[in-house]
Amino acid sequence: MTDVGRQSRRAARLVGALLALGALLVLLGASVGSTGFERVWQAWRDPVAWQIVWDIRLPRTLGAWSAGALLGLAGAVAQGLFRNPLADPYLLGSASGASLGVALALVSLGVSPFAETWLLRVGLTGAAFGGAVLAVLLTLLLARGVQQTLRLLLAGVIVGVVLGALTALVMLFDPEVMQSMQAFMLGSTSFVGWTAWWLMVATWVVCAALTWMLSPVLDGLSLGEATAQSLGLPLVPLRLALVVVLALATGAAVAQTGLIAFVGLAAPHLVRSVAKTTHRRLIALSSLMGGVLLMAADVLARGLLAPQELPVGALTAVLGGGYLLWLMHRGDAMAPSRGS
Amino acid sequence: MRRLKIWWVWALVCSVGAAHAITLIDDRGTRVTLAAPAQRIVSLLPSLTETVCALGACDRLVGVDRYSNFPESMRRLPQLGGGLDPNIESIVALKPDLVLLAGSTRGGDRLRALGLTVLTLEPNTHADVRRVLEQVALALGVADAQRVWRGIEADLQAAAGSLPARLAATRVYFEVNRAPYAASESSFIGETLARLGLRNVVPGSLGPFPLLNPEYVVRADPDVIMVGDVNFVGMADRPGWRSLRAIAGQRVCVFTPSQSDVLVRPGPRMAQGAHLMADCLRKVLP
Repeated sequence: MTDVGRQSRRAARLVGALLALGALLVLLGASVGSTGFERVWQAWRDPVAWQIVWDIRLPRTLGAWSAGALLGLAGAVAQGLFRNPLADPYLLGSASGASLGVALALVSLGVSPFAETWLLRVGLTGAAFGGAVLAVLLTLLLARGVQQTLRLLLAGVIVGVVLGALTALVMLFDPEVMQSMQAFMLGSTSFVGWTAWWLMVATWVVCAALTWMLSPVLDGLSLGEATAQSLGLPLVPLRLALVVVLALATGAAVAQTGLIAFVGLAAPHLVRSVAKTTHRRLIALSSLMGGVLLMAADVLARGLLAPQELPVGALTAVLGGGYLLWLMHRGDAMAPSRGS
Repeated sequence: MRRLKIWWVWALVCSVGAAHAITLIDDRGTRVTLAAPAQRIVSLLPSLTETVCALGACDRLVGVDRYSNFPESMRRLPQLGGGLDPNIESIVALKPDLVLLAGSTRGGDRLRALGLTVLTLEPNTHADVRRVLEQVALALGVADAQRVWRGIEADLQAAAGSLPARLAATRVYFEVNRAPYAASESSFIGETLARLGLRNVVPGSLGPFPLLNPEYVVRADPDVIMVGDVNFVGMADRPGWRSLRAIAGQRVCVFTPSQSDVLVRPGPRMAQGAHLMADCLRKVLP
C-alpha cells in the first residue's frame, strides 16, 4: 500500500516537473529563432519581431508540444496494446503510408494543374494524414481484423516495408521531390501555424478522452491476454477502438510535423523509469513527456545553427535515445547493489 | 594493290591516333588517358550531357542518365539509370570509349574495373562550367571550348545589361525546395544572381544550400522571391509569410520545371538561366 502511495506521489511530482519544464520551454521557444536568442519581452516594441514571435515561434513551439504529446500518447497505447516495450506509434504502417501520400502529392504537383488545385485544398498535410490512415486500414485488412496481436504486428511490418519501397521508387523516378521528402522524413515544425496547432490539440483531446475510457483494457492486457479475457472484457471491439486512437493520434502528428523519430518509443519508457503507474496516468504523463521532449529538441534544432535549422527528428533520436541509454545503464548499475 | 592501300590508310590512322593520345587529369585527381578523341560517349549527369552537346558532339553520345532531358533528342537515347542507380550492365553493353560522371555518381570504380575509361567531372560553380567545358573539349578532340565559353560570357553580359539600373541591388530570396532549402551567395544560382547585380538575402557563409528557419525569410523580407512552381504551391499559407512584401505585392518569380532545370544545372545553359531571372524581374518589378 505504501509503495502504491509512493509511486503515485512520484507520478504527481513528475506531472508538476513536466508542466514547469514545459512552461519554461514555451518561453524559450518564443525567444529562440533565426537571430539566435533574444528576449521575448523586447520583441514587443518592434512590430516585425512581434509578428515573428506571435505568428511563427509560438505556434511552432506549442505545435511541437502537441505533436510530441500525440506521439507520446500513441506510444503508450501501442506499447500497452501489443504488450511490447519496443512498440512505437509507427508500428501499424502509418509512417510509411504518410510518406507515400506526401511523395505522391509532391510528384502530382509537377504533373497536372488539376492536381495542383486539388492539392491546394487538401494540402500536403491532408495527403500525409490520408496516407497514414489508409496504411493502418490496409494493415487491418491484411491481418483480417484485430483478433491476433501477432498477425497485426506482422501485417504492420509488411505494410511498412512495402509502402516504404514504393516511396523509394517514387523518389528515384522524380529526384525533384527527393529533398522535400527527406525534410518530411526527418520531421520539422517549421510550418506549424495556429490552425495546425488547433487541429493537433483537438485530436489530442479526443484521443486522450478515448484512451482514458479504454485504459482499463490496457491494464487488463498488461496481465496477459487470457487474464484480460477472463475479466470479461470484450477484447475485439476495444482493441479496435485502441487501434483507431493509435492511427488518429499518429496520423495527426505525422501530417503536421513529418516523421519524428523516437518520441513515441521513448516517452512512455522515460515515464516508467520515474514512476510505475496505471495506464490512465501513463497516458497523461507520457503525453506530457513527449511534448516536453519534442519541444526541447525543437528549441535546440532552431538555436544550435541559427539561422539554419537542424532536422528536429534527428535531434529527438539523439536526445531521447541518449537519455534512455543512460537510464538503462544506470538501472543496470543499480540493480545488483539493490539485489545484494 | 587495293589491299596495300587499305593497309596504308590503317597505318596512318594508327600513327595519328598514337600521336594524339589525350591525357587529362579529372576531378578526382586521376590521370585519364584516351587513345583517340572519344567517339562513343555515355554521360550520367545532365549538365555534362549538355556540355557535350554545346561542343557540337551530341551525336557522339550513345547513352545518358534518366534525368538528361536536354536537348530533346537525348530522350531517344538509351537511359542508363541515375546517379544513385546507374545500370552498369547496360553501360558496358553500349561499349562506350568514354563515360562522363559526377563524383557523387555511384559505380564509377566498378566501371573502371570493367575496363572503361571514366572521366569524373564536378561542375558546381561558374568557374567549374568553364573548366569542365575545356576538359570535355579535350576529350572530344574539338577546339571549340573557348568559343563556346566566350558565347556564354557574352550572353551573361547581355542578361546583366538587360536589367535597368533601378533594379540593381534588388534583394532576392531563391528557394530550392520547400523544406525550405535556399540557394545562398556561394551556390551556383547565387553566382548568377551576383552576376546580374542582384543581392541575395542568404549569405554565402551558411554554405551553398542551407536549410533555413523560415522566420529568417520573414525577417529579411526580400523584394522578390524566386521559386519553382512545385514549391510555390501553398507558400502564402506558411505562417507569417502572407505579409511578406514579395508575396503581398505578388513579386514572385515562379519557374516551370524545365526552367528550373536551366537555372539549377551548372552547365552551358547558365546564361539562359540568367536571362530567365532578368526577364522575370523586369516583369514583376515594372
